[in-house]
Amino acid sequence: MASRKLGRSVAVVGVGMSKFGAFPGLASRDLFVKAFKELRSSVDKGFDPNDIEALYLGNYSSDLFEGQGHNAPCMADWIGLAPRPATRVEDACASGGVALRQGILAIASGMYDVVLVGGIEKMTDLPTSQVTDALATASDVLYEIPAGFTFPGFYAAMATAYMHRYGAPQEAFMQVGLKNHENGALNEKAQFGTTIRQVMDGKIAKAKAKGKPVPTWADEMAFLHDERANPVIAWPMRLFDCSPISDGAAVLLLVSEEIAKRFSQDPLYIIGTGQASDVALHDREDLTTLKAARIAGQQAYEMAGVTPEDIKVVEVHDCFTIAELIATEDLGFFKPGEAYAAVEEGLTTRIGPRPVNTSGGLKSKGHPVGASGIGQAVEIWKQLRGEAGERQVTGDLNLGMTHNVGGTGQTCVVHIFERR
Amino acid sequence: MQEDNFTQVEFYAHLAEHKLMGSVCNSCGTMYLPPKPLCTACYREEMAWVELEGTGELQAFTTIHIAPTAMLEAGYGRDNPYCTGIVKLNDGLSISAQILGVDATKPEEIAIGTRMQIEFIDRGEGEEQKTFLAFRPIE
Repeated sequence: MASRKLGRSVAVVGVGMSKFGAFPGLASRDLFVKAFKELRSSVDKGFDPNDIEALYLGNYSSDLFEGQGHNAPCMADWIGLAPRPATRVEDACASGGVALRQGILAIASGMYDVVLVGGIEKMTDLPTSQVTDALATASDVLYEIPAGFTFPGFYAAMATAYMHRYGAPQEAFMQVGLKNHENGALNEKAQFGTTIRQVMDGKIAKAKAKGKPVPTWADEMAFLHDERANPVIAWPMRLFDCSPISDGAAVLLLVSEEIAKRFSQDPLYIIGTGQASDVALHDREDLTTLKAARIAGQQAYEMAGVTPEDIKVVEVHDCFTIAELIATEDLGFFKPGEAYAAVEEGLTTRIGPRPVNTSGGLKSKGHPVGASGIGQAVEIWKQLRGEAGERQVTGDLNLGMTHNVGGTGQTCVVHIFERR
Repeated sequence: MQEDNFTQVEFYAHLAEHKLMGSVCNSCGTMYLPPKPLCTACYREEMAWVELEGTGELQAFTTIHIAPTAMLEAGYGRDNPYCTGIVKLNDGLSISAQILGVDATKPEEIAIGTRMQIEFIDRGEGEEQKTFLAFRPIE
């Protein structure tokens, strides 16, 4: 397939996100307003909300999580956008990334100049078993669910295939979780703003306060190997291999390139976008890669005219720790089967040569599924503009990437952002 | 005679008779499991049912401790995990299925590549009975 070009270029001129976490009493719209308020203050030269011409909203399932369908107009109403068109975009956990792509396409087509794209999910009102069931509807409910698969189970199965082929140890998965918690501890928006060490210290303090036997883990890896502290969810994925159940919202303000400087002296230009779909997991020739991610990544690289070596920071879809390893191979940062060793060597830490998920990733920042793809772009905005605070990656950061996956990789969407 | 639509209803009706049925394109020979009503290889519309032999090998698996509602109702859960996986049949088609005959509390001992044979699980009583696809290692 020949590389595709946008009809005209698109820039990000503002971003906002709510804190990710569990927020009883706050509905989707309340979180969405929080994200929108932050976006307003992020636009360097300010903007009039009346300039927004359309909303594309990534949301997986407010129907199942909140009993609320048709939620795009609700969000639009709460920030005063009516009567402008408001459209919900659903591609499971890739809903946010695909909403971003729809916003880009809407501007590139010439239809609009100013578009708000957002993502929202409010998951914590339901008990865990019902959340598990709701998430499972993102798979093939006719043929995969009767086999007893859950989402942790799908990725766990990919993990067994990966371990079998490449000899990766379980510890490699644990290292991904450790790293992402280190990063998330420096992100005030993260659901888990703690390192694994801090989690351990918290449990030790609690045991002491209650007069219970005090755990004696030698180090973080000993903690992560402790079946009681880190129980198996779907082997080999344990609790600290899994992203949490989260509430959260994130928004981006997109404008056409020619008017970007009216809003911001330092916009990010979206120079690559790619999206692909795939068959059900069992129908794939190779269970150690997401073909849709490879195709989406290739499309984005070709459109942008850049290579994996050029990307300075990347946010990948680490819904489970195995997914981060596969993602960094699919995007060409590491060869197939080499990502696990790269993580064990620390290459993907904040100070390593290939920083991955500086925000804490879905694992630590949280995974309000429809918002996750937009939240990734918020981190790229902060990193490329030098606004990431304590977790700022040093150096001249001109290119960043987001990689957002729906379901078992039946949808993948990749974007490349440039700061000029 | 009722028209074959190659639907999940028909698939599970066959499964209830303990038959694993896919669809096959009479024109180009491509087989589909689960059955598809349209040949997406050649797009000619000459599909037929084909019974699959039901032996193959384990391609990937997991043991599930946090179970979905349906498996909780079947008696599984935190203290009684189950194994599920993907089995590649001899004729090249793969399918998701529960894996029986392995110790789900000892996942390290379950091996990818293990030869598998089909088994049918009938759960529920009377009208509520439904048949599920499973595999177990060949002794």
